This record gives sequence, C-alpha cells and structure tokens, in this order.
Amino acid sequence: MMRRFTLIAVPYLWLLALFLVPFVIVFKISLSDVALARPPYTPHFDWATGIWAFLSELDFENFVFLTQDDLYWKAYLSSLKIAVISTLLTLLVGYPMAYAMARAPSEWRATLMMLVILPFWTSFLIRVYAWMGILSNEGFLNQFLLWTGVISEPLTILNTNTAVYIGIVYTYLPFMILPIYAALERLDESLIEAAEDLGCSRLSAFWLVTIPLSKTGIIAGCFLVFIPVLGEFVIPSLLGGSDTLMIGKVLWEEFFSNRDWPVASAVAVVLLLLLIIPIVLFQRNQQKQQEAEQ
Amino acid sequence: MTIPVFEPWNDPEAKPLIQFQNVTKRFGDFTAIDDLTIGIYEKEFFALLGPSGCGKTTMMRMLAGFETPTEGKIFLSGQDMAPVPPNKRATNMMFQSYALFPHLSIWENIAFGLKREGMAKPQISDRVNEMLRLTRLEKFASRKPHQISGGQRQRVALARSLAKKPKLLLLDEPLGALDKKLRQDTQFELMDIQEQTGTTFVIVTHDQEEAMTVASRVAVMDNGRIIQVATPDRIYETPNSVYVADFIGEVNIIDGTATPNGENSYSVAWKDGQAPLNVVSPNSLSDGQSCHLAIRPEKVTINAEKPTGVDNVVAGKILDIAYLGNLSTYHVELPSGAVIKAQSANTRRISRRAFTWEDTVWLSWTATAGVLLAE
Repeated sequence: MMRRFTLIAVPYLWLLALFLVPFVIVFKISLSDVALARPPYTPHFDWATGIWAFLSELDFENFVFLTQDDLYWKAYLSSLKIAVISTLLTLLVGYPMAYAMARAPSEWRATLMMLVILPFWTSFLIRVYAWMGILSNEGFLNQFLLWTGVISEPLTILNTNTAVYIGIVYTYLPFMILPIYAALERLDESLIEAAEDLGCSRLSAFWLVTIPLSKTGIIAGCFLVFIPVLGEFVIPSLLGGSDTLMIGKVLWEEFFSNRDWPVASAVAVVLLLLLIIPIVLFQRNQQKQQEAEQ
Repeated sequence: MTIPVFEPWNDPEAKPLIQFQNVTKRFGDFTAIDDLTIGIYEKEFFALLGPSGCGKTTMMRMLAGFETPTEGKIFLSGQDMAPVPPNKRATNMMFQSYALFPHLSIWENIAFGLKREGMAKPQISDRVNEMLRLTRLEKFASRKPHQISGGQRQRVALARSLAKKPKLLLLDEPLGALDKKLRQDTQFELMDIQEQTGTTFVIVTHDQEEAMTVASRVAVMDNGRIIQVATPDRIYETPNSVYVADFIGEVNIIDGTATPNGENSYSVAWKDGQAPLNVVSPNSLSDGQSCHLAIRPEKVTINAEKPTGVDNVVAGKILDIAYLGNLSTYHVELPSGAVIKAQSANTRRISRRAFTWEDTVWLSWTATAGVLLAE
C-alpha cells in the first residue's frame, strides 16, 4: 500500500513542483497591478496585514484589459492561424518522409531515424540563425537562384511570414515524422496486399488502408507540432517581420520591453487555457491508441 | 446409382483452369521456383505441400499477382496473367495472417471487395449477409477484428476472400494459427464450403495431414520443384521418391540391392546378411541396381511367435514403444542394429498389451506392402 502510494506520489509531486506552483505564481502576478518597483508589481504578501488584506487587492483588471486592446486577440488569432497552417505544412512534408522511412529496407531505418534526429544535436538558436543566412536577400538561396537564372531580382523571404513557416516546418518536422513513422512501421504489409487483392489500386489502398491505420500517428504528430508552435517566440522574432504577429512575441515584449509583468502574466494564463483544449484532445488520442493496442 | 468420379487430370480433353508453363522465379541468386510446369483444374482443391522455403508461397503469390515470374508464363482460363495487376485478377487470397482491416467491422471487411467493384448497395448487403451465413458469423457482423477469436477471424478472412466469387481462391497456410482441434473442424468446414461454392481452391501448407484431408490432389514440393503430384492416397501409397515417402507420414526405408525373380517381382538383398526380402513392384529395376524399400509402419505386423507362410519375416528386440492412445508404434532393433518401426492398433487395454520392452518379436509384411524406389 505504502509502496503504491509512493509510486503514484512521485509524478504528482513532480507536477506540483514544476507546473502547479509556477502556474499559481504566474496567475497571482496576473491579478496584481503594475508598479515601479522590484519586482515590478504590487501587492506583496505581508505577514503583518494578513492573507485577507492581500487577497482583497487582487483583481481581474488585466484580463479585462486584454479584451479592450485589439492587439491581444489579433495576436491570439494570428498565432492560431500560423499554428494551423504550419501544422498542415509540416504534415504534408513529414508524411511522405515517414512513409519512405517505414518502407525503406530495415537495415536503413536506423540510419534514416538518426538523420531525422541529428539536427537536435546542434543548438536550436544556431540553426535558426543559419536559416537567416540562407533566406536573406544576399543569402545562399537567392545567390543560387540568381546563379541558375531562375530569378533576376533577389526574393524577399527573410522577415516575412514565409520565413516563419519555413522555420517552423524545419524545426518541428521530427515531431511530425516520429509518431507517423511509428504508426506506419507497425502497419502489416499484407493489409496493403489484401486491399489490392480485393480490387484496390495502389492509390485507393493508400487512402482506404494506410491513411486510416496511421491516423493516430497523424493526430499525435499534429498536436506535437501545433501545441508548441502556438506559443512560439524565437522563430517569429528572428525570421519574422514587424507584421508577423504571434502571441509569444507579444508576451516577450510585455515582459521585457514594457516590464508590465501583470499583463504579460495574464497573456500567459490565457495562452495556457487555450492550450488545454488541444492537450486534452492529444491525451485522449494517445489513450485511444493504447487501448487499441491492447 | 453411380457417383461420377472427379478426376479431370486423367481426362485428356479437360482444359486446366491454371497452367504454369516452365515458370522460373529467382530472387537475386536464389531460385525459388525452378522450371515448373503444372495444370490445376476447375473445382479442384489443390494442395501445395512442402517444407518452409520450398517455393510454395512464391507459387501462390505469383498466382495472386504479387510476384511476376522471371521466366515462363502463367495462364488463367487461357489468358496470360503476366500483365494483369493483382486488383484486376479473378483470384482472391486468404492470407496467413488473415490481414483483416483492423479499422473496419467484420461486415465492412467482407464488403470491402464488393464496394471496390462498384456493386449496388442492396446487392452488397445481400452478398455480405450470405457470406456471414455461410461462415456462421451473423452475430459478429458489427464487431471489430480484435473483438473476436482466432477461429472467427479465420472465417472472416475466408468470407472476405469468397465474397467476390473468385474463379480461384488462394489459401496461404489458412489454419496455421489455430489449435489442433479447431484446425481439424475447420478443415471439414473448408471442404464443405469448397463443395458448396464450386470455387477452385489452391491451398499452401506444410502440414501433410491437412493437405491429405482437404485436397483432391497434392503437389509435394522441394527446392522450387514439384516432386510428385497425385491424389492423397497415391502420394501415400505409391510415393515416387524417398523424399516424398519420408515427407508424408512415417516410413521405414531399407537400403538394398534388387535382383529380378519374376514379373514385377524382386528379391532385395540388404546389408544385414539376413534372408533377402521379397518385393512386388511396378517400378522396373535392373539386376543389381541399388534401391530403397519404403514400408509404412502400419503395414508391418508384429508377432510374438514366428509366423509361417508370410513373404517377409525378421526377428528383433523391442527398443522403444511410442504409445499414441489409439495406436502404438514399436521400434524394433534388428541384430544388425537397424531399427524398424511397426505400428498396431491398441485394440486391448494397455495392461493387457502383449509386448513390452526388451521382448524378442517377429516382424512380418507381405511382398506388396512396400514400394521399391530406385536410387
């Protein structure tokens, strides 16, 4: 009994210390008022005045403010749009790669898997800077296209949404490939043969058998990309332009440029609430998959 | 009333449904099928029997269209099948793993092929229900494959492959995953269904009992070649080689030298210096030719006293007794050290068995009991 309790307690304590406590702190700051102080908000808990005096000074003013300034909901919507589009783009690029990996001779698969994971061995920031070098007006891509004569004027890619999409697809591709690969690798080749034997062409066997049987992998991959992209900050601020509006960027500016910690915290709390929906759906998908395997 | 005998292979007029013509299949350096020519007739239940890696599965996959012959041609109803892809062939296959679509219900699995044909909905429904009745699966129509037992899954796979009324049904080790009792029941079910539907069945199996039970003809294969094609009784009674005799059932092989001593009759000298054996054989052998005498254990009689008036008799000591319930197999060691197996039915209680270990016994068999095979 004691053993079981300890076993269950470990993950819960972990969650409590690393998620719930920080969240409560951020939530508390979001209910505070901005102040020229260090830290830059009031009130602070004081043993002398007691807990009730402290709580009475908290209010939802900052959340109300988020609804009044249209910057915030535009940023949320724009983030949502960028996250949805880039998730679909990642799926379009990732699925064929995962498919090719799963169909490759088995002695090649470990190597191909290695190649997918390899970029993680370098700093994420360095890789994004490398993309700046590729995409800028004098960058490798434009130089190459000019040299081949495809274009006569350099293309403006860096500091546009296109660059943001390229960066996101590049960065999050492994998260899409791995779950889809796992689903496709388990797929029994004889199911495809059975479909062909029963009158399917190659293409219809793919639509009727391969796609439905890799559905859980597709869903898992989409969530693994969508959830972090929604709050992404580094890629839009380095590759995006001034018109690239993403909530991660707004959050950063509120914290560090405006030093308005309460409003920034409110933005973070809302972002988290928005993310709970896809996270719950993702969990349900994983659970369903586990049940199907049993 | 006479029942017409189903033997199209003996009818020179009959045209085979499937014709393999000098078919060879190579995978790199490995030759899976070696210059194979054979005809399979309509309504036959044809078994391809052999150890794993003998090419039987490759033969079936070529019929389904998943492999193409390296050389030679395969005809189905006179049509060359080489350019026809699997989805356009009038053949269906029941896979060893069953290959049921896990995301579809039993009903949808059976309807899968019919939908691809573009059949109208009411017809699909009729046909699926007919298949469900045939395989006694009505109750499970709405379940998913993982919610039913192995035997039921096997029947779904059969129903799905029969739904499109194929000219030819291919069965790849269809009963391999079932336990023995269920396998035996299913074998008879398969035969019934084959008779009811009149479909030509080609079954691949490594289980000789299964092949003998279900098939009208059996092809014994080894190393990409067909060694013998015949009805089960002929395969068992008159194997054409030591390989076939040894592969099907239990057999005693006695090596010796033949000397003709009459019409179709031979005296076989064997190494033990015992009296030569008398054998009647239709296979003609020359004087002094070395040969193998193959005798089934059940055709060897075991006696406590030396029998008289028999063609062949040898003395020995019981080395081992394999008790199988209905039968016992006695391993009898001859003075030379050779061991001959004799089988007899246990018509008495085991406590009243006439022989036990170390007993001296006499083994006897008739001149026609065995088959004389050339080297």
